[in-house]
Amino acid sequence: MTRRVAVTGIGVVAPGGIGTKAFWSLLSSGRTATGPITLFDPTGFRSRVAAQCDFNAQAEGLTPTEVRRLDRHIQFALVAAREALRDADLDLSTVSDRAGVTMGTAVGSTIRLEQEYVIASDSGRHWLADPHHALPFLDQSLVPSTLAAEVACAAGIGGPAMTVSTGCTSGLDSIGYAYQLIEDGVADVMIAGASDAPISPISVACFDAIRATTARNDDPAHASRPFDAGRDGFVIAEGGAVLILEELDTARARGARIYCEIGGFATRGNAYHMTGLTREGLEMSAAIDDALRQARLNPEDVGYVNAHGSGTKQNDRHETAAVKRSLGAHAYRTPMSSIKSMVGHSLGAIGAIELVACVLAMQHALLPPTANYETPDPDCDLDYIPNVARQRQADAVLSVGSGFGGFQSAVVLDRLGRRP
Amino acid sequence: MTSVITGIGMLAATGIGTEALWEAVREGRPGIKQISRFDATGYGGGLGGEITEFDAATWVESRVLVQTDLWTHLALAATKMALDDARLDPAATDDPYAVGVTTSASSGGNIFGQREIHSLWSQGPRHVGPYQSIAWFYAACTGQMSIAHGAKGPCGVIATEAAGGLDALAHSRRVIRRGTPAMITGGTEAPLGPYALVCQLAGGLLSRTAQLADAYAPFTTRACGYVPGEGGAVLVLEDSQAARQRDATAIAEISGWGAAFAGRVPAGAHDHAGWAKTTPALARAIRAALADARIDATDISMVFADGVGIPHADAAEAAALHAALGAHAASVPVALPKAGFGRLHAGSATIDTALAALALRDGVVPPAPGINDPDPALGLRLVTGEARTVQGRHALVVSRGTGGFASALVLSRTT
Repeated sequence: MTRRVAVTGIGVVAPGGIGTKAFWSLLSSGRTATGPITLFDPTGFRSRVAAQCDFNAQAEGLTPTEVRRLDRHIQFALVAAREALRDADLDLSTVSDRAGVTMGTAVGSTIRLEQEYVIASDSGRHWLADPHHALPFLDQSLVPSTLAAEVACAAGIGGPAMTVSTGCTSGLDSIGYAYQLIEDGVADVMIAGASDAPISPISVACFDAIRATTARNDDPAHASRPFDAGRDGFVIAEGGAVLILEELDTARARGARIYCEIGGFATRGNAYHMTGLTREGLEMSAAIDDALRQARLNPEDVGYVNAHGSGTKQNDRHETAAVKRSLGAHAYRTPMSSIKSMVGHSLGAIGAIELVACVLAMQHALLPPTANYETPDPDCDLDYIPNVARQRQADAVLSVGSGFGGFQSAVVLDRLGRRP
Repeated sequence: MTSVITGIGMLAATGIGTEALWEAVREGRPGIKQISRFDATGYGGGLGGEITEFDAATWVESRVLVQTDLWTHLALAATKMALDDARLDPAATDDPYAVGVTTSASSGGNIFGQREIHSLWSQGPRHVGPYQSIAWFYAACTGQMSIAHGAKGPCGVIATEAAGGLDALAHSRRVIRRGTPAMITGGTEAPLGPYALVCQLAGGLLSRTAQLADAYAPFTTRACGYVPGEGGAVLVLEDSQAARQRDATAIAEISGWGAAFAGRVPAGAHDHAGWAKTTPALARAIRAALADARIDATDISMVFADGVGIPHADAAEAAALHAALGAHAASVPVALPKAGFGRLHAGSATIDTALAALALRDGVVPPAPGINDPDPALGLRLVTGEARTVQGRHALVVSRGTGGFASALVLSRTT
């Protein structure tokens, strides 16, 4: 008997608004939350555009100790997890050993690590950083596992907890691993999501160095332009999102509100290049095919594709080719959009944020648009839902991600009722 | 459907290469010494399990060498060894997606990252090099391993600090059960950069003595912290039928896994209550692993221990073994090879798993280097002095990750 996996709660911290309500208001309106970098002084950097969260930790209920102790990405995660648990109306205390956590992050506590290095090295004067610079908890900033540990502590779970760190596919993979753990009977409930806060000098500089990010500094509100012919790189962003996953029968037994089920998850490596993508998108297409097979869906069943759509020249072309390869002629009839046009690319977090967007799109029967879409690119010839959200009930949704390292992931969400 | 180890690649301070390291481990050779890569005086005791004989250029393509951290060099070397051992070439399989990769990650490419942050703050943003974006992040090893060998199957990265090696193996087993014939899986660590040591010192568990004999002495009353080491292991894990079809030798089977979370473990060296919370979590993980393997506690013939080297932590581990294994905990041989090469964080549990597989294969449990005085109050049979002959079927590997992670793995002989 196969165990099925339901989504019963969602929470999000994203640029443009904290919480699913503000998030959905942004996405359904087609407004953008990209702007000039203000989290640090970006003078001298090539790309000075970002999508930042208007986040006041104390107003969100974090204690001064938590703010002092935890890197920004963990603060996002705690707030998103709290909203998701509340949304699921789930009391974990009776099932804590059957409950686990998977949290994705691409760059972990880099903000904290960089800030403290500046102090310990006296702004890069001493390679032999001060061994007595013993900021409490600095050891926890060194490792990405701290994200999962903090979410697990806050939720009080006793089952398996892990951080998933596959770069920009971390969000999809984290939720995919949680889905597998429930399928295999290792856990009945998973708090699954991702969080990243990469708007710091070192992260912005490292993408500057390879020209992966936009240089549209004179027009930051329209800088994220997925699938548009004028796109020139992604807009770095921050945020976090959490989904509550439950074994379907357990969720039904407690009368939980069920948004949808996870139909399938697959990932592949392109084994090609750490940052380069092929034109054909074979490996992403293989991941899509595998995820649809698990969900027992045909390409024609897909009602919406949530694109990776980062807004780099090569990504959008690659992804368009992959979707066409998997969905065939149906690809041209399937609306596909990139919410990165509005909330930017928050690296490891975005996959989870996009899945929350997919859940909301199914719930509201409204597909979020691709903002800033003006000039078609002959290499990107699908229906990208230009600029205005579209009313449509999608019963099955495909979300894809692609990241450094060559990773290509796909998750399928399915409304209940299709499968027996 | 069972997952078997068909190839092992490993390296640490006492040996580069599977058989060389296994020989050093069997003989209980010590390998912890003064760090030579930089003047580490003042960084605690300045000691480490440094791999001094490693020539990355013999293992890593020169183009890739400059794009990657030592941590990835170690992973690429171990990967090559493991694939050679398994006689598997992922690029030559009929199905391009037949082989995937999962690694555990902890401090990532910390030395590379420190250098680039250093350049940024001393010279400005335009002095950050083009490879920072792919060298430092935690997925660098999985990506480079996949690219180096044309492994296009499912690719993953798990971070649960020192428990990560076990959790990555368990993830690979889940992938194999879903139809991928083989996984390259493991973890390495290069935690001896100046800034990585500053961070570790802040945690309060790093050994601060420069006395070699006492620096890392888990399960003794002398225990005063851990010494970090470089290295790790990569395994080829294969569906047993797929392995049989290509006449590969199954070294051992991954037959059980369990993981649990301990709750908040503030866990400085003196936090007895914090460490005590790891006891029930680790015991749950062990019980889950035994149940998964469908064996009893008494079926375990050797245990590869975590051995943080902090008295409260070691006592909590011993209590977990007693809780989960019952009376058997007092008689089963306990191995602690890491006393010879240090704690390898993300590489720690994979190298223990690799050594456990070899211990089952050769019927011998290696001694804990430099330890002759295990604390009798812990009630464990730590193997000391000489290796012990043990003909057993099942080995238990346990590991805890800083932050509250606890995992256990059962390895079983296949013949």
